[in-house]
Amino acid sequence: MSDLAIRCRGLVKRYPPDVTAVDGLDLEVRRGECFGLLGPNGAGKTTTVEILEGLLAPTGGEVEILGARWDRDAADLRARIGITLQETHLPERLTVEEIVRLFRSFYPRGRGEDEVIGLVSLGEKRRARYDRLSGGQKQRLAVACALVGEPELLFLDEPTTGLDPQSRRQLWDVVDDLRRQGRTVLLTTHYMDEAERLCDRVAIVDRGRVIALGTPRELIHRVVGQEVVEFEAPDGVLEAELRALPGVEAVRRAGAGWALTVDRLHLAIPALLARLEARGVALSALSTHRATLEDVFVSLTGRRLRD
Amino acid sequence: MTDRAPARRRAPRLLRRSALAQLVLARLRAFFREPSTVFWSFGFPILLTIALGIAFRARPPEPVRAAVLAGPGAERVRAALAADRGVVAEILPEAAARAALRTGRAAIVVVPGDPPTYRSDPTRPESRLARAAVDDLLQRAAGRPDAFSAADARVTEPGARYVDFLVPGLLGMNVMSAGMWGIGWVIVEDRQKKLLKRMVATPMRRSEWLLAFVLVRLVFLLIEVPVLVGFAMLAFEVPMRGSWLALAAMAVLGALAFSGLGLLVASRARNTQTVGGLINLVMMPMFIVSGVFFSSANFPPALQPIIRALPLTALNDALRAVMNEGAGLAALWPEAALLAGVAAASFALALRFFRWV
Repeated sequence: MSDLAIRCRGLVKRYPPDVTAVDGLDLEVRRGECFGLLGPNGAGKTTTVEILEGLLAPTGGEVEILGARWDRDAADLRARIGITLQETHLPERLTVEEIVRLFRSFYPRGRGEDEVIGLVSLGEKRRARYDRLSGGQKQRLAVACALVGEPELLFLDEPTTGLDPQSRRQLWDVVDDLRRQGRTVLLTTHYMDEAERLCDRVAIVDRGRVIALGTPRELIHRVVGQEVVEFEAPDGVLEAELRALPGVEAVRRAGAGWALTVDRLHLAIPALLARLEARGVALSALSTHRATLEDVFVSLTGRRLRD
Repeated sequence: MTDRAPARRRAPRLLRRSALAQLVLARLRAFFREPSTVFWSFGFPILLTIALGIAFRARPPEPVRAAVLAGPGAERVRAALAADRGVVAEILPEAAARAALRTGRAAIVVVPGDPPTYRSDPTRPESRLARAAVDDLLQRAAGRPDAFSAADARVTEPGARYVDFLVPGLLGMNVMSAGMWGIGWVIVEDRQKKLLKRMVATPMRRSEWLLAFVLVRLVFLLIEVPVLVGFAMLAFEVPMRGSWLALAAMAVLGALAFSGLGLLVASRARNTQTVGGLINLVMMPMFIVSGVFFSSANFPPALQPIIRALPLTALNDALRAVMNEGAGLAALWPEAALLAGVAAASFALALRFFRWV
């Protein structure tokens, strides 16, 4: 048995006449890992996932899921994966319990309704109708429906989009549990904090291609560095001067000021301040943060994730 | 100590794990938890029957309304007419008499004289009736003897009244709209909300998903038909001359035909506005020409072959034949064949083009 849960090569999806949603995308997801597809809206994440889920036919490329292929083994594969769509409306007049039981009935084997409802902490809501649930509860119910067939591979498409912070954390806990159980999860998100928090590895997708791949820390370190210093000051600072400061790895303009990527903050900050003082330039703002995937995306594309 | 029943009753395992059973249950629950759909399916046809049954109930015949033009001899004419209880006569001056005739308050104006003059509009049936009745009364009053006196045998039979015509038509209409809306609309709603896509992503058998719709339709038929027909029998003494089995068989065939058409209009539509328009487009002509509220024989002969080919015409004719004439299944094979053909063709076409994701 292959140790890859997902393997796809040269995936292309075109919509005539001239939209290319996925443009030669390669991906390998190992069994047991939580893999994130990170990218802005419209990057092709959902199209990619729906092709992997067998809901959409690719224009070109190869897809292998759990060592099987959609054109040959669709019926078998359906029972081995679980999915949540980016937006699903489950039957509004049914209760949590009835919906989970409905989905359970589709699978030849799987978990009991009670167990799955417990996994997503909806025990108290089991008799509540779907239309009375909050956004976070609905999303957790969607995850329960994805889990009920005991899937080997789970696809979660933007599981926390539109949720309040508390609901997001509750959903993260659910995904953490799944990781601990050794399940393979592929999730898409445009929240970089979510990807950093949940994923073993991420692929950054832009315009239908993977532009960076690795563990979140690795990517940040490789592409950006450890820390980011942002400051605003009136004109009078030269880019070359900033670049020459000790510990600074990269310099770019950020709005009205500058963003420095830095690996040794304790050297870079005093040097920066001394340089500005020598120039007679007064700082109007200064901040530092640990580099994030957002910084990776910005430095790779020059755009922000949520533009 | 004996075993106590578990705190929570659980459905038998077979039912819990059968996708078809769960799909049917889900549809039934969704339906019965939506009060407005329950009303439109069961309450509305009954209200319509009540309203139309009352509006067209059997009444004593309308009296003949005659006006007598004011002038010499007017009172004598009025008295001669008033001698019959079936005639209402009043003396009016010229302008008022003209107005009464024009607005239909009077069906005839008698101008007294020797001989009298009758003013009436021969294109209005009630005017022709009034002329005959008035002439008869005045001739007799003038001394004409009757050549003979005929005996009357009065016959008013259930089956010939408007309500008897109406109830099978309403039943047919209900079978049609429940099939079209209950299947066409609901499928597209599921598609628009991506619930269909979500379900197709599971190992669910698509055939079971479709079969659930048809089974639910048949379950509702078991409620709709006895409720509407039973109500009409009790409240209006509408006859049921044929067998319930024949009625049920035709209703089931009708439900299958309109389920197929519902599936067909839903096969490609992406949103409920589109399918709503398509449903109305399919149903509206049949509402009018297929003999729901009035006989389809009213349309010109050139249109009859088309009208005969419509499934609602076949269904209404068959239901009427069973209820009013006591027709058996053997006599209904042309209608049955037409409905079965529509069902088979529409299911086949719909599945050929169905948009699953």
